[in-house]
Amino acid sequence: MTQEIKFLQGNEACLEGALKAGARFYAGYPITPSSEIAEMASQRLPAIGGVFIQMEDELGSMAALVGASMAGAKAFTATSGPGFSLMQENLGLAIMTEAPCVVINVQRSGPSTGLATKPAQADVMQARWGTHGDHAIITLCPTSVQECYDLMIYAFNFSERFRTPVIFLSDEIVGHMREKVVLRDDIPVVDRAFPQCEPNQYKPYKAGDDKVPPMAYFGSEFIFHASSSMHDETGYPNNTSQNADKVIRRLYEKIYDHRDEISITKEFETEDADVLFISFGAAARSAREAVKMLRSGSIKAGLLQINTIWPFPDEKVKRLALRAKVVLVPEMNLGQIINEVIKFSCGTPVFGINKVDSTIITPLEIVNKAKEVLQNA
Amino acid sequence: MKTRTEIVLAGVGGQGLILIGKIIGEAAALYEGKNAVQTQSYGVASRGGFSKSELVISDEEIAYPEVMEPDLVLALSQQSYDMYRNKIGKNCLLIFDSDTVDSGECSGKAMGYPMTSAAVELHSLKNLNMIALGILSGLTTSRDIFITGFPSYDSIRKSLEQNSPSQYRHQNLEAFEHGFKLP
Repeated sequence: MTQEIKFLQGNEACLEGALKAGARFYAGYPITPSSEIAEMASQRLPAIGGVFIQMEDELGSMAALVGASMAGAKAFTATSGPGFSLMQENLGLAIMTEAPCVVINVQRSGPSTGLATKPAQADVMQARWGTHGDHAIITLCPTSVQECYDLMIYAFNFSERFRTPVIFLSDEIVGHMREKVVLRDDIPVVDRAFPQCEPNQYKPYKAGDDKVPPMAYFGSEFIFHASSSMHDETGYPNNTSQNADKVIRRLYEKIYDHRDEISITKEFETEDADVLFISFGAAARSAREAVKMLRSGSIKAGLLQINTIWPFPDEKVKRLALRAKVVLVPEMNLGQIINEVIKFSCGTPVFGINKVDSTIITPLEIVNKAKEVLQNA
Repeated sequence: MKTRTEIVLAGVGGQGLILIGKIIGEAAALYEGKNAVQTQSYGVASRGGFSKSELVISDEEIAYPEVMEPDLVLALSQQSYDMYRNKIGKNCLLIFDSDTVDSGECSGKAMGYPMTSAAVELHSLKNLNMIALGILSGLTTSRDIFITGFPSYDSIRKSLEQNSPSQYRHQNLEAFEHGFKLP
């Protein structure tokens, strides 16, 4: 099997992964540092029978994704902080109507317009809780160009498998970095389950044991109604408290019951680590270099790299934190994922390494902080 | 032994520094079987303002993607020259455009070439990046200066051809060859 090897930007690899996963619909509004994805999608999608629409704004982009998804397409968009904020309302619509789609957020420095061309990792909690109401969400974070490609296929797979929007939380460093990437074809592509019943028996929100309802598409002989309002299995409004409880819990459990299937993490030298780093995205690259530097100075360091950031890998954090003397969490924000780590650190002291000056955290900064806290541990 | 080669290409937005970074990175990664990471930093303006492209080339896996201690710096503006001249190690090469940069004292090995006039004499200022790429290739190929990990002339040329739109390929190659002979 010959697989293509290229030297691509993270953003370009995202697009390659999306196409490999079967994505055929893109609606978006270009924004730095995600614009390469829109630019490439506008050329590549029409050439293979797909659709590219440059929308009036990000509210419309997200709405178009829900529509395209209901019509049967694998749909995606790419944006950055300001656009991601505008997408939150219709992201909720995608969750409520269970419309699979993928939203790429290449994080830049905020708040608001902020530093348009500079990196940050400050949308971690926005990805989790940006849209209102109780809900679960799947969020994947790449640390390399290869992971942009690989995880993008998983993002579509998870969205189709669980009928949910998936947030692909990249950052300016990973998005604009060029590296070697294998455009591999050994990751199986998952498509949404189509109803097996007679069309007149179809209930669009009736789920089986796995809590994910099979999905027909608009224009097929399966006629169905999708609503942002609380609805029951038929898709029509049902405002009883009993129904609301059932639906909200099912939307949550269809993801949280399958965490083992969704959770992707990587460990580097964690077996005997006294100093455990827990990180994601670009900062995880610095932490890996710091592990090497500390190891060469005979300090046992290791890294848990989180790729599936939501649902948070709490069991893995517990298991590794229990064995470590100290846990350090490098992230390019003032402390977001550290709060999740603290919840599951089992009493092991946890320290943040935080940077918001729009430059990457350097390995030396991590090494110095690790040595400092080890001395006081 | 040092296995990590770090290169900074710095100047002004619009000079084409990211393109030559991509060409060097692709040459190392695809034609020489090495690992290479190219990153970039630029401002909100599409032309003007400080801009840089960084490259890390290694036989080993590259964890940290940015430059820590550069082996080679290209400075195509006064600002970028001043930014690096006292920050680099004594073995680091600082190659600058002597037409636009007033060289001050430098903690590394500074070497200037008249890049702007070479580009303008050949075609236009648009070729500045290719002249510079040629100089870097020429320097690293020469006997006196050896930068481990910098791709060979053949790999750079191949990558340059791959990364030039057909209407500019001839001109780019011409400027590259012209630069190659300058050192």
